[in-house]
Amino acid sequence: MSPKTITVSQLTYALKRLIEDNFLLEGVWVRGEISNFTAHSSGHLYFTLKDAGACIRCVMFKSQARGLKFKPADGHEVLISGRIGVYEKSGQYQLYVEEMTPSGLGSLYQAFLQLKEKLEREGLFDPERKRKLPFLPQKIGVITSPTGAAVRDIIKILRRRRPNVDILIFPAQVQGEEAPDSLIKALEEAARFQNLDLIIIGRGGGSLEELWAFNDERLARAIADFPKPVISAVGHETDFTIADFVADLRAPTPSGAAELAVPDQQDLSRQIRQYKTRLFQTVNGKLQHERRILQRITQSRALSFPKQLLLNTRRQEVDLLNERLVRQVKQILTLKRERFLKVLGQLDTLSPLATLQRGYSIVQKEDGVFVKDAAQVEPGELLKITLASGKINCEVLSKES
Amino acid sequence: MTTEKEGKPGERSFEEAVARLDEIVQRLETGNVSLDESLSLFEEGIGLAKYCSARLDAAEGRLEILTGFENGEPKLADFEPEEAE
Repeated sequence: MSPKTITVSQLTYALKRLIEDNFLLEGVWVRGEISNFTAHSSGHLYFTLKDAGACIRCVMFKSQARGLKFKPADGHEVLISGRIGVYEKSGQYQLYVEEMTPSGLGSLYQAFLQLKEKLEREGLFDPERKRKLPFLPQKIGVITSPTGAAVRDIIKILRRRRPNVDILIFPAQVQGEEAPDSLIKALEEAARFQNLDLIIIGRGGGSLEELWAFNDERLARAIADFPKPVISAVGHETDFTIADFVADLRAPTPSGAAELAVPDQQDLSRQIRQYKTRLFQTVNGKLQHERRILQRITQSRALSFPKQLLLNTRRQEVDLLNERLVRQVKQILTLKRERFLKVLGQLDTLSPLATLQRGYSIVQKEDGVFVKDAAQVEPGELLKITLASGKINCEVLSKES
Repeated sequence: MTTEKEGKPGERSFEEAVARLDEIVQRLETGNVSLDESLSLFEEGIGLAKYCSARLDAAEGRLEILTGFENGEPKLADFEPEEAE
């Protein structure tokens, strides 16, 4: 009789059921130190959680890792909630991390969340409460440590973007137990300067403990009550504090706060120059347009000096017509004369004058009747004889038929 | 030393001046403005541009630190940030 056999898979599955059903870890946080930390490009985090006597493999999937409020690293003491599971392929049990907080600040972190919720309920973070920053501040208050990179960065960026802004530093402790009181005092002092347009409150990067002063409830209320707009600039991009939530604007870094506080002067100057150019262009264009219209008007004489020009025009038309008339009449006359002369020439050949030239003459009675027959006249009658040259008056002596 | 809202009486804030300047330029650029109106708009615009430039070109601002109060009066000192190491 052969012994009972099971496959590796069957065994592992049985263990998986045993472990996963019995270690639910509900309401329990596991405390330990991170080692072998790897942030995979997929966004999942892999590490080993250990203490002096043991270790356990951990995995935190991207969807949970996204909600982390800090950057885990080797050596960090953390608190983890999650579930135990068996990864069958490698035969390893591991901790699937749902939530992770720095353990040293575990209770502080809870306090932070509680305070955040409380102030949020009070409406201190409401978007309607946020004051609009002045567009072009003249005087900016800076509440921070007078030493260190933060104040230097803020001044450098403010000066670069807007050289003529006045900067007033309100020195304050930004870490340690006395920091909240020191920051609140600086805010009170700053509030006495009526000509401040806004303030920047913050500090450079540091550990969670170092940034902790900015999670103080009284400081949060002092920021909310400050009479001018407040920009918070605490630590790095990934650091969020209560001060950030209550401020009118959260800057990711101190330099970022300076960028947000003032517009870039060169940009503005350029903008103003562009407006000027556009003003000149449009008005020049307009003037040119009007000038063209004016030109058109002055060129159209009837619109410019209507009556006189109309009269002048009429006069000119009359003159012109007159001229044309005279010219035509002249032309007609010339034609007529030419024709007349021509006809005259023709007439000449038919004219009795030519016949007369040849020695013939014309005889007319006193009443002008031409005498062609001797019977027309009686002796004693006076007749007129037209010769080629001259006339003769004569009397009929006798007649012959 | 004047703040945004405490400019000379009757003067606009920088932001308002820019907004009005923008309005004027756009108005002129639409073209359907009479010559008289465009000339007076132009005049106003140039005035605003001058005012804005003056606000921008002012001398370098002060950099001071509050060192305390004496009889309720603030005491200020010039501030020189330490160089980065």
